[in-house]
Amino acid sequence: MDKRDNQSLLAELTDRFGTGISRHEEPYGLLTIHTSKELILDVLAFLKESAGFTYLTDITAVHYPDGDNTFAIVYHVHNLLENVRVRIKASIPVSDPKIPSATTLWAGANWMERETYDFFGVQFEGHPDLRRILNMDDLDVFPMRREYPLEDPNRVDKRDFYFGR
Amino acid sequence: MSKPITELTSNRPVFEEHDPEEELTTLNLGPTHPATHGVFQNVLQIDGERIISGVSTIGYIHRAFEKIAEHRPFYQITPLTDRLNYCSAPINNMGWHMTVEKLLEIEIPKRVQYMRVIVMELARIADHIICNGILGVDTGAFSGFLYLMQEREFIYEIFEEICGARLTTNIGRIGGFERDFNEIAFTKIDEFLKRFPAVLSEFQELFTRNRIFIERTSNVAAVTPEQALNYSWSGPILRATGVDYDVRAMAPYCSYEEFEFDIPVGTNGDVYDRFMVRNEEMTQSMRIIEQAIEKIKGEPAGVFHADVPEFYLPPKEQVYTNMEALIYHFKIVMGEWETPKSEVYHAVEGANGELGFYLIHDGGRTPYRLHFRRPSFINYQMFAPMSSGMLISDAIINMSSLNVIAGELDA
Repeated sequence: MDKRDNQSLLAELTDRFGTGISRHEEPYGLLTIHTSKELILDVLAFLKESAGFTYLTDITAVHYPDGDNTFAIVYHVHNLLENVRVRIKASIPVSDPKIPSATTLWAGANWMERETYDFFGVQFEGHPDLRRILNMDDLDVFPMRREYPLEDPNRVDKRDFYFGR
Repeated sequence: MSKPITELTSNRPVFEEHDPEEELTTLNLGPTHPATHGVFQNVLQIDGERIISGVSTIGYIHRAFEKIAEHRPFYQITPLTDRLNYCSAPINNMGWHMTVEKLLEIEIPKRVQYMRVIVMELARIADHIICNGILGVDTGAFSGFLYLMQEREFIYEIFEEICGARLTTNIGRIGGFERDFNEIAFTKIDEFLKRFPAVLSEFQELFTRNRIFIERTSNVAAVTPEQALNYSWSGPILRATGVDYDVRAMAPYCSYEEFEFDIPVGTNGDVYDRFMVRNEEMTQSMRIIEQAIEKIKGEPAGVFHADVPEFYLPPKEQVYTNMEALIYHFKIVMGEWETPKSEVYHAVEGANGELGFYLIHDGGRTPYRLHFRRPSFINYQMFAPMSSGMLISDAIINMSSLNVIAGELDA
């Protein structure tokens, strides 16, 4: 078989999932496919077991508050033998942030998902130990969501008055 | 010798699963402990000196890197990246600039790329010096650390010549460097290349034929390639298991494809192999630097940044005297340039593994979202599961061989 490239991989994926791959693009040469949270585990399992994408590089999330207020959960996986990367995105609503956990496929997804949970509040269903990881346990917000400002608006020690302005 | 890892459990505490009558001890190793390399805690359940289970707690120096980055323009994120991995700051720094350049599609002159290669490989050597030196200290050999520390000082002197700072080098700019390497820097690099191989081989002889060191490290914390890949390991510790994954070879950046170098791999994936892989990588880094020095001689002198006035902050003296420079300076600071709406993932081979920047840009003044794939964070995840069954002293050596940098762990 020829070496996989973006086109042949995309053909394989659309062959297998059809309209389950709702959208795709190639920013800066990296194939990005969009799928749904129902299919995400199947897509990842297909990529890992049939297409040789055995290396999970990264999991993260992006918050899009405008429009219908969604999170995009972003997975980067890598086929080490053929040296192809692919990015998978699944969109989930912020009002019901649930997505199946990838820890069943990669043990290394554990902390990546905990980090995503910590910052965005995404519930990874089936995760063995979904706790905060970098922030303190009694924090009651998910700080990377766009609605939370960088600085606490109630802070009084940084008022211009104290700096002679 | 510790028992091999037969199965890797999840990273949960399993305290309740044990019979209380066994009288296991709970030991808090850290958050700050002389034996842990950084600020993180390991709650270990121990039976005598043997670890039954453990759980890692991190996040003590979390600085909200990603949140701050959403509020700063590109050039102001540079100092944030320096402080992630403070042992090899220039690699993080240049990784960030390369990400931005990829996004803005800036073409970098060859000479600047070779300069970057030199700086990054020097940083890699400095990082591996620390890791291997400290590994020696943890096994009880202090002198190896002292021998190598002089060389690390010398690398910092080179950084000082290049950018004025030693540890948190603010070395790069979007498009290149703030200033050219001066003559003293080149002389010092030459001197370093001359003296370092002798020091390195002396250091290596201290350890590789030392019976205590071999018995303390070989077959300790051995990891199979499958386990390492399952946990997304990268960098020297992955290569020690026998997987030759190196970003410099797989996805070359900065003209790495023009350089000849080998990727050292291990066979057992134990602490000894990690030590040897790092040692060999230092030799390979020197090979790369030598080639880069030769290549620089063939390039026009004095080129140290790309011609992108829209994104490269002009030198201060020009801002004060030159109208053009003043306008460019003003426009960069105010963020008044068209930037693409896109997303980019760029990875470099950091000293600890694949260092990835995932940047989503909406055309505004600041990144919409910046995620940082931190090798230490992902490598350290396996520490607690793999420690179960080990002796405490072996776990300590294992930790130092993973080379966890707290700034990169927490980000």
